[in-house]
Amino acid sequence: MELRARIPSGPLADKWDRHRFEMKLVNPANKRRYTVLVVGSGLAGASAAASLAELGYQVRCFCFQDSPRRAHSIAAQGGINAAKNYQNDGDSIWRLFYDTIKGGDFRAREANVYRLAQISVDIIDQCVAQGVPFAREYSGYLANRSFGGAQVSRTFYARGQTGQQLLLGAYQALCKEIARGTVVMHPRTEMLDLILVDGRCRGIVTRNLVTGEVLAHVADAVVLATGGYGNVFYLSTNARGSNVTATYRAWKRGAAFGNPCFTQIHPTCIPVSGDYQSKLTLMSESLRNDGRVWVPRQAGDHRAPHEIPEPERDYYLERKYPSFGNLSPRDIASRAAKEVCDEGRGVGPGGRGVFLDFADAIARLGRETIEERYGNLFEMYQRITDENPYRVPMRIYPAVHYTMGGLWVDYNLMSTIPGLHVLGEANFSDHGANRLGASALMQGLADGYFIIPVTIGDYLATTRLEKITTDHPEVRGAMEAVERRTSRLLSVRGSRTVDSFHRELGSLLWDKCGMARTAGGLTEALRRIPEIRAEFWENVTVPGSDAHLNQALEKANRVADYLEFAELMCRDALHREESCGGHFREEHQTPDGEASRDDDRFAYVAAWEYAGDGAEPVLHREPLVFENVQLAQRSYK
Amino acid sequence: MTTLHLKLLVWRQAGPHAAGRFVRYDAPDLSPDMSFLEMLDVVNERLIAQGEEPIAFDHDCREGICGSCGLVINGVAHGPMRGTATCQLHLRSFRSGQEVVIEPWRAKAFPVVRDLIVDRGALDRIIAAGGYISARTGGVPDANAVLVPKDDADAAMDAAACIGCGACVAACPNASASLFAAAKIAHLGLMPQGQPERPERVLRMVTQMDMEGFGNCTNIGECQEACPKLISIDVIARMNRDFLRASMFGGEGRVTGGGEA
Ligand SMILES: Cc1cc2nc3c(=O)[nH]c(=O)nc-3n(C[C@H](O)[C@H](O)[C@H](O)COP(=O)(O)OP(=O)(O)OC[C@H]3O[C@@H](n4cnc5c(N)ncnc54)[C@H](O)[C@@H]3O)c2cc1C
Ligand code: FES
Repeated sequence: MELRARIPSGPLADKWDRHRFEMKLVNPANKRRYTVLVVGSGLAGASAAASLAELGYQVRCFCFQDSPRRAHSIAAQGGINAAKNYQNDGDSIWRLFYDTIKGGDFRAREANVYRLAQISVDIIDQCVAQGVPFAREYSGYLANRSFGGAQVSRTFYARGQTGQQLLLGAYQALCKEIARGTVVMHPRTEMLDLILVDGRCRGIVTRNLVTGEVLAHVADAVVLATGGYGNVFYLSTNARGSNVTATYRAWKRGAAFGNPCFTQIHPTCIPVSGDYQSKLTLMSESLRNDGRVWVPRQAGDHRAPHEIPEPERDYYLERKYPSFGNLSPRDIASRAAKEVCDEGRGVGPGGRGVFLDFADAIARLGRETIEERYGNLFEMYQRITDENPYRVPMRIYPAVHYTMGGLWVDYNLMSTIPGLHVLGEANFSDHGANRLGASALMQGLADGYFIIPVTIGDYLATTRLEKITTDHPEVRGAMEAVERRTSRLLSVRGSRTVDSFHRELGSLLWDKCGMARTAGGLTEALRRIPEIRAEFWENVTVPGSDAHLNQALEKANRVADYLEFAELMCRDALHREESCGGHFREEHQTPDGEASRDDDRFAYVAAWEYAGDGAEPVLHREPLVFENVQLAQRSYK
Repeated sequence: MTTLHLKLLVWRQAGPHAAGRFVRYDAPDLSPDMSFLEMLDVVNERLIAQGEEPIAFDHDCREGICGSCGLVINGVAHGPMRGTATCQLHLRSFRSGQEVVIEPWRAKAFPVVRDLIVDRGALDRIIAAGGYISARTGGVPDANAVLVPKDDADAAMDAAACIGCGACVAACPNASASLFAAAKIAHLGLMPQGQPERPERVLRMVTQMDMEGFGNCTNIGECQEACPKLISIDVIARMNRDFLRASMFGGEGRVTGGGEA
C-alpha cells in the first residue's frame, strides 16, 4: 500500500486555488451518466449529496435513521467556526489555520487545515442563503461567541441548536434534490459492506432495516460520511446509533485507517448517574464563555458549593492556564478535571465531577442574558439532574465525544481504495490529535459543500470504469458475506445480551485507552479484547430473525465490529510512544504534567492496513511536513 | 436509594399488516433518575435474556433533538412533562406502582412499522414539496450582506426549533400535520432569503399535506401542548394567511420583509 497524499505544490495560500484549476472536469452534459452513492446524511453526507445532485450527478443517499434529518449532526449545540473577522478582533484565515494546527497538537496536514480555514467563510454565506437562523445582534448583523483554544470570537451559532439548524439547511437542500428526482433517498438502510471491482470501489451492500432485505448498489464512486466511532466506549455523547461499521468494513476491504487512537474526551458532560446509563449528555463548551470551573481546595470537602468560601475554592483552569483560563482546549481541560478528581477533590456522587459555576456571570450580566445565551442547555441540565443551574453550580465530568481518527484520505478526500471518498468525522480529518470546539461542523460542511463536488469530478474524469451489474461475482460475493454474517449472529443463541458485551468492552477501553494511557494498560487491553470477542461469538443471544425490523440484530452487527476495531485503537495507542492532544501516554509528560510530544519519532499520520483476520495490521507512515508553522510545545499558559 | 416499580402495558405489533395487542410487563427496581427510554432498555435486556424479542422503539440522540423518539404515554404524546420529548422524560415524573400504557403515534398517515415504531416518511415528503430555499451551493452573497432584524431571526428560530417528531399529529384529534408544516413555513417566511418562494412554498406544502392523508386543523390546540419544543399554534394562523394570499394572488402574493405576522 502506498500513501499518496497528493498535496499540491506551491505556497500554502495558493494550493487549493491552483489545485482546483489543475483538476479535470466532467462535462456538464456527462455528469448525469455517473452514479454516486453517499452513505450518511449528516452535515457531511447531506451537503455532499445535495451539492453533487445540483451539479447533475445521479445520487443515492443512505442513512440508518427513519429520516435523513435525524443524523447525529442534529445534536451539535455550540456553534461553527469561520474566519470572517466580523468582530475586528484580529481574526484571519491564517489565525484560524494556526489555531487549528496548534489545537491539534501538530498532528494534522498543513495544506488541508489551511484549505479548511479558507472555505470556512463560504460556509457561513451558504448557510445564511439557505435561511439558517443564526443568532443576530440588534443591528441585524450576525453575532459571534468564543470557543476553546482561541482568543478571538469567531463562532457562529443558532442558540444551543447550531447543529440542528445547519443540518436542517443541508437536509432541506437534499429534499429539494429528492423532489427533483436527482437524489434517491434510502432511509432505514444500513451499509454492511463495500464492493470492489478491479481494485476500485464500485458500490455497497445494504440491509433494509425494515424488511431485512440485503441489496447491492453499484455505482461509479462511493462517498462515506458515516460519522465517528465514539460509541466504541459504550458511553459517549454520540447518538446511540453512531457506529464504526461502515468505515471498519471499508478498512477490511483495503482502506487505510488513520490514527484510530485519537479520540476526544470532552470536559463538560453531565456525570454518570447509574449503571443503567445509556448515554452521556454534553453541556456545550460555549458554557465555558461564562461558567467558571472549580473544585474545593481540600480533598474530601463535601460541603454544599455555596458553603465553600472563595478562598477555599480552586479555579484550577484559571490558575494553571491564566491566558486561556476556562477556555483552555478540550484535551487539557479534561485531563485537568481527571487530575483534581484523582486527588480526591471531585464533587458529587462518587467524586467524579467538578463544578461549572455561573454565579459570577449571573451577578454580572443578569439572569436574563444567561438565559438567552444558554437557556435550552440549562433546561436540559435540570431535566436530567433535577438540579437548577441558575441556583447551584452544574456538575460536569469528561466524556467520550469525538473521534479525530478515521479512514485515511488524500487531499482529494479519497481513501487508499480508488473511488472511495470519505468525509466528515468518518475521515481522519483535519483535527490532528485534538479537535477545537466548533470545528467539526465546519469540516463536515467544507468537505460536503465545497471539496467533494470538485474532487470527485477529477476522479471520474480521469478514470475509465467498465459497466458492471449486480450479477458481477464480486457483488454476489459481498452480498453472500453479509448474509453469512447475519445468520451467524442469529445462530449463536447464547445467554448474554449484546449490550452486556458492549458495556464490558466500553469500560475496558475507558480504563485503558481513555484519558490516560500506559503501555501496561494497553497491553492488558490487547489481551482482554480477543477474549471478550471470543465469548461474544460463543455466548451472545440475538432473538428474532433477519426478515423483519430487528434492533437487537442491528446492535449485534455493530458491536461485533467494535470488538475488532477496539484492538486497532489500542494497538495504535500502544505504538505511539508520545503524548499529543487527546492521546496522553503517562510515560510521556513534562514535569508539570503536560503532554510531551516526540516530533522526531512521531510527526506522522499512522495509517493502518488490514492484513487478514488474525494477522497483525501493517503500519504505514505519512510524514507530516511543517513548512509554515513552527513546531512548538503547545502552551495555553 | 428509593426505587420505583411500574406496571407497563405496551403495544406490540409484529409488522404493518399484523394485528397488534397490549402486553403486560412488570418493571421493578427502577431508579427515579432513569430516563423513560432507559427504563425500556432495562425491560428489553430482561426480555432478550429470556430469549424474547425486545420492544421495538425509535430513538437515537436521547437528547430531545433528533426527533426519533415518540411514544404515547398514558394517552399523552411524549408523556406527562410539558415541552419534553420522550427521551428526556425521567422516571421521577411517575409514582411507584403506577400503571403506564405505552403506544405508538396513531394516525392514518403514520402506519405502524413494528411495535412502537411508525413510518413518518410523510413529514419528509412535506418538506420535499417546498420546505426549503432553493439556494444552490456556491455563488451566494456575503453572510452580512442582507441584514435580518433580531426579532425576525429570533421568531424564525422559535419556529425552526421543530424536531419533526410528529407528536403534533399524534396529539391532534384530526391527525393534522399543520403545526409541523406551519413551523417550517414560518421559519422560512420570516427570513428575507425565504421571500421569493414564499407563495409557492405554502401552496405546495399544504397540498402535499392533504395528499398524505393528514386531517384538517380545527384550532383545537392539542398540538402545541404536545410539542416538545413548545412551538406556538400562532404559526398555523400565519400559514393560513400565507395560503389565502398565495391562492388569491399566486406568485403576485409575494410580500417583502419577513416581519409581519
Ligand atoms: C452532543 C454533541 C455536540 C456537538 N457539538 C458540536 C458543535 O457545537 N460544533 C462542532 O463543530 N461540532 C460539534 N459536535 C461534533 C459534530 O456534531 C460531529 O462531528 C458532526 O456532526 C459529524 O457529522 P458527520 O456528517 O460526519 O456525521 P453524522 O452526523 O454522525 O452522520 C452520520 C450519518 O451516517 C449514517 N450512517 C452511519 N453508519 C451508517 C451505515 N453503516 N449505513 C448507512 N448509514 C450510516 C447515519 O445514518 C448518519 O446519517 C458535537 C457532537 C456531539 C456528540
Ligand atoms: S431520541 Fe432524539 S429526540 Fe428523543
